Amino acid sequence: MTDLPRNQHIIASGLIAAIGVSIAYISFTQEPADAFIFPRLISSVFAVLAIWTFVKAILGRTKVGNGISGEAMRNMLPGLVVAIIYVYWAAKALGFYTATAIAFFALLSLYDPAPHSEMKSWVKRILITAGFMAVMYGLFALLLNVFTPREIFF
Amino acid sequence: MEFLYYMGDVFTPINFGLLLLGTIGGLILGATPGLSPTMAVALLIPFTFQLEPQQGLILLGAAYTSTVAGGAVSAILLKIPGAPANIATTLDGHAMATKGEGAKALQLSFISSAVGGVFGVLLLIFLTPVLAQWALAFGPSHLFWLAILGVTVIGTLDSSSVVKGLLSGCIGLWLATIGFDDIMGAQRFIFHPAVSGGINVIPALIGLFAIPQVITMFTKGRSSDDAEIISVQKHPIRLAFVEVFKRKMALTIGTVTGSIIGLIPGVGGQIAGLVAYDQSKKFSKESEKFGTGHSEGVIAAESANNAMVGPSLVPLLTLSIPGSPTAAVLLGGLLIHGIFPGPDLFMNYPQVAWTFIDSMLIGQILMCIFGLYIAGFAANVARVPHAVMAAIVLGLAVFGSYSVQNSMGDVYVMATLGLAMYFLERFGFSAAPLVLGLILGPIAEANFIQGSMIANATVGTGTYFFTGWLNWFLILIVLASISYSIWMEIMSRRYTTKDDAVAKEEALS
Repeated sequence: MTDLPRNQHIIASGLIAAIGVSIAYISFTQEPADAFIFPRLISSVFAVLAIWTFVKAILGRTKVGNGISGEAMRNMLPGLVVAIIYVYWAAKALGFYTATAIAFFALLSLYDPAPHSEMKSWVKRILITAGFMAVMYGLFALLLNVFTPREIFF
Repeated sequence: MEFLYYMGDVFTPINFGLLLLGTIGGLILGATPGLSPTMAVALLIPFTFQLEPQQGLILLGAAYTSTVAGGAVSAILLKIPGAPANIATTLDGHAMATKGEGAKALQLSFISSAVGGVFGVLLLIFLTPVLAQWALAFGPSHLFWLAILGVTVIGTLDSSSVVKGLLSGCIGLWLATIGFDDIMGAQRFIFHPAVSGGINVIPALIGLFAIPQVITMFTKGRSSDDAEIISVQKHPIRLAFVEVFKRKMALTIGTVTGSIIGLIPGVGGQIAGLVAYDQSKKFSKESEKFGTGHSEGVIAAESANNAMVGPSLVPLLTLSIPGSPTAAVLLGGLLIHGIFPGPDLFMNYPQVAWTFIDSMLIGQILMCIFGLYIAGFAANVARVPHAVMAAIVLGLAVFGSYSVQNSMGDVYVMATLGLAMYFLERFGFSAAPLVLGLILGPIAEANFIQGSMIANATVGTGTYFFTGWLNWFLILIVLASISYSIWMEIMSRRYTTKDDAVAKEEALS
């Protein structure tokens, strides 16, 4: 195991151990105690296993999980940013259909292997986005009658 | 023979139409790399809200069956398994296609899938009522141990690390406790208004299965697979039938192995296909031909991965314990219609249960017929760029989660769990035990509390939960599955795990 995954494993398992211990602490300190009997049971096992995993990671004895390579991180980052803005802000603020169309087009532009210099590939991306939005509108607005947030746009 | 009584219900225009839609759609989705059967079924759930329960289940069941079989198309023609269950098919299927026997490989794959699938569903039909009858004797302590068993077995067998598998199960069990306590009405772990009513299972399932796939597609960047579809030449279907039934050993090994593996919670289709392939090779008189485009390899792998579909639903329909992630998703599909599976299912909702099971039987035959005709089209769909697929799945996940309760909170839960699951998977954690924990958590807690109340009024908690042959039997299986996995891990994990399967998949593509 190289240093990078080892450090990543330590950070990841450390976070999980922190969550496990916090949950155990909350379970054993919150009232009414009767409501927390089952959480106490689970969180005890959770905390023990999480600490075990953390100790194994510190000792460099983690056997499974490849971590995330620098290249994978670089590739995923733009898409992740678009997806996070779309889900946590744009869908509610701009309206579902507007936000989805923008996010869909942005993701296609970021990851579609077709060259960015060709007009044809941009036309294709616009057509795919329009087609997808038409299908989504047909399925959710017309067929399932789901009233999605429209907000400032649509 | 109650299943015959409800067979006619499958053929009503709406039910049969949905069966066709699910089968054809599932074959196309299954051929698409990155769209696993579980994810396909999870994304379909929102579309069943406005359907009758049996209609929704018919659609989901047909999609489940045919996505498993559809994965063979891209495995054979593109050398990219459509789903992990089709990894073993790639080994000989693609070699056959490169030798100009693509049509034959596809025919063998769909025919053997149908044979294995029919056998698996028949097992489901005959085992389910027997187990359901037996399950009526279960009390709260047994149901508590059964729920724990569901999480531990899947946690230990599905993951390559026992500790991480069990830890995933614990995370799922904890997530299930978020919200208001049913008995005292107390708030538990409500750290955001989005989870004040607890975590809704459907958005959670969509997030846990769809979002990690979307991010995985992002990690591939702007690269394309550049997979070339191998053109197929005509092959008489009659000869394919003759070939399948001539290779009785491979067909039997595949069907039996798949059925047995399907009954074991947590051991998925990818394991069924690989184990059947290995065993078939071991017992074959032409073992040296395996890997070079030998028909037995395709027959064993495909009959196995479809034979496991029916038996994997037995624990769900009889004990309300989903034996696989896809069964957990189907449970979600039942719960949204207010139907809780278990021993009472066949008494309270016989029409729903039997029509669903019958539709899976008919679906196997439809899948075989349509699979042969739409293979070429499905292979073209499989070439859809990652970018398009990721954007489509993300859009469907957002709209699907929102439509469950018309709540943005569900969308946030879906995205947050999905994002967390991607990173957890990269560090060796698995989604299956987490999902099982999330679904079985309320069952375990309700029965634990109910059992504790009975115990306090009678024999005491220790005696109530730890005595009686059924309690002992269930505890023994929990301990055995954990011990077996630890032992195997110590012995350098000399068994086929999900990681092995993923490694093979990565090597192939």
